[in-house]
Amino acid sequence: MIDDQTRKLQIAGRYRSESRFRMVGAAALAISAIFLAFLVLDILVKALPAFHENSVIMNVLVDPARVDAANPKSGDFEGIIKDAMRDEFPNVNDRADKKKLVKLLSTGAADELRGQVVADPSLIGKQVATRALLSADADMYAKGYFGTAKISKDANGLDVVTASIPESNRQITDKEVIWLESLKARGLIDSSLAWRFFQAGDSREPELSGMKGAIFGSLMTVFIALIISLPLGVAAAIYLEEFAAKNRWTQFLEVNINNLAAVPSIIFGLLGLAIFLNVLGLPRSTPVVGGLVLALLVLPTIIIASRAAVRAVPPSIKEAALGVGASRQQAVFHHVLPLALPGILTGTILGVARALGETAPLLMIGMVAFIADVPTSVTSAATTLPVQIFLWSDLPELAFQSRTSAAIIILLVLLFALNGVAIYLRKRFEQRW
Amino acid sequence: MNALAPQITPAAKTPRILAESAVKISAKDVNVYYGEKHAIKNLSVTIPDRAVSAFIGPSGCGKSTFLRCINRMNDSIPACKVTGLIDVDGKDIYDPNLDPVQLRARVGMVFQKPNPFPKSIFENVAYGPRIHGLAKDKTELEEIVISSLKKASLYEEVKDRLNHPGTGLSGGQQQRLCIARAIAVNPDIILMDEPCSALDPIATARIEELIDELRRNYCIVIVTHSMQQAARVSQLTAFFHLGTLVEFGDTNEMFTTPQDKRTQDYITGRFG
Repeated sequence: MIDDQTRKLQIAGRYRSESRFRMVGAAALAISAIFLAFLVLDILVKALPAFHENSVIMNVLVDPARVDAANPKSGDFEGIIKDAMRDEFPNVNDRADKKKLVKLLSTGAADELRGQVVADPSLIGKQVATRALLSADADMYAKGYFGTAKISKDANGLDVVTASIPESNRQITDKEVIWLESLKARGLIDSSLAWRFFQAGDSREPELSGMKGAIFGSLMTVFIALIISLPLGVAAAIYLEEFAAKNRWTQFLEVNINNLAAVPSIIFGLLGLAIFLNVLGLPRSTPVVGGLVLALLVLPTIIIASRAAVRAVPPSIKEAALGVGASRQQAVFHHVLPLALPGILTGTILGVARALGETAPLLMIGMVAFIADVPTSVTSAATTLPVQIFLWSDLPELAFQSRTSAAIIILLVLLFALNGVAIYLRKRFEQRW
Repeated sequence: MNALAPQITPAAKTPRILAESAVKISAKDVNVYYGEKHAIKNLSVTIPDRAVSAFIGPSGCGKSTFLRCINRMNDSIPACKVTGLIDVDGKDIYDPNLDPVQLRARVGMVFQKPNPFPKSIFENVAYGPRIHGLAKDKTELEEIVISSLKKASLYEEVKDRLNHPGTGLSGGQQQRLCIARAIAVNPDIILMDEPCSALDPIATARIEELIDELRRNYCIVIVTHSMQQAARVSQLTAFFHLGTLVEFGDTNEMFTTPQDKRTQDYITGRFG
């Protein structure tokens, strides 16, 4: 027998132990929340500059001598923009300086003007207000990446820059700072939303690069993966769960399906390379091959989730259907499958979310490459969102850093949207019994 | 031969009611194995039409197993093996040429736990007729559904909410819905596997009343753990013990003058 005193101590110890455990749990939760918040904040702060861009506002004469009215598209708009830029600084006479001055503008600075004139050829011969995109470095300066700078006159009346970051530590020289500050002082630098980021493909120039190619590539690839793996996976799961004999052979299959779910994804890339590219001769770097490889990758996940969902349907429902004379197929397709659907969908979306985030298997089939064009079909060369992030993160230009973060945000938004759809569908089809 | 089991002459084993009613189900030397386990041993029995036959016995005695042999529900258990002869209307139901799906349309089943489909009340009853093509059009289907619900004495309670989910009904109503669902495909035989074990006494009483009404048109076989229920609803009672059919006979005689000592011990509550 234990006396009352010992028992009291025991009980007190039990409560202490529980409160300790609760505290450890709460601490773990708090630490993970802090990490998550830090990650999201960091990415957001880095990404925000990528969503707007700075341009020089210009009023230019579209010279009929330079732009042929019959073929406005191939007019010399670059020349017009460059001249306009030089005209803004009449005091710059040195050849090298003039070159540098023009370099402040992006190589795509004339695209806006070209677009305006192609859309409305009557502008030829008139003064046109347009915007010339700044180059990446000038844009970064305008966004405050290279610290702040003050311009003052020295004894000789020359401009002197007092900057928070020394000239050697920034990608933009004092001279360029003076020009940019001059433009800014005249109110000619304007910031606007960078729709280009969603409307352009990849580019070597950070300010001209966009995600449209990667978004389209990702959507096509994942779509192909889904339409192949969903029917195959669900059919396999139903067959294994409801029709296949339970013997050594099906057990062997089951073990191997579980093993496949744990195989590193790059192995699937090697398999895709060997089968789809080398044996079947499908075009490399394309969403169709990427989709096939990702379908293989998510197939085990979908089979496992679907089997679990089918198994979770109470057997009494199937028995009820068999009891009124339904065939096994009727019982499965009329009753078991609809009840298993929420689980199947959840598993599928999780699989698709995994496919959306994969880079390694695509490496093997040539989807990790610089592809500037937005894919037009599943057989044109493409890249995907995670691959785009991977490629950009590797580039030295400072402007690509914020683009990398912005691309991560878009990938996350897509994943959250997919998960949202999964939750909606599950709620929609969920039925109680 | 077991010393406790006195030799019963075949004449004594044939209940009185069989002489008045046609034989619906007859089994001869039926053995059922679940893998190694010998679940039913040399069972022979004849079950009459338009009467309620109750199977009683302690848990694991094989009564549910035999019930599930009559509509071949055991087919879905891979380890289950059935030998011997089971005839329904004089036709061997384990004949390889016989379609078990068609058999189950003729031999309806009501399960231990009410198991309506997670669909509307109407759809629950309409499912069977629909897959068997029993109704030419929507009106006919509605007629079948309504008459089945009426036969299951559920119609008055649910006539205003046929589109509501069947799972929203009370336990007793759900079980009557399941009976309506079984009736809707026009079976000759209704098998009931402890239909009242999940119900309260009032719901049980309603089901028992219903069984008594249904007996006029169907051959009903009911497995029950309640001897009072067997005594109340059945005309014939079969006592199962350890996989053998110990005694089968008129319910009143069985409960008053059991032939076998094991039956007597069981119904007086000495074991089981």
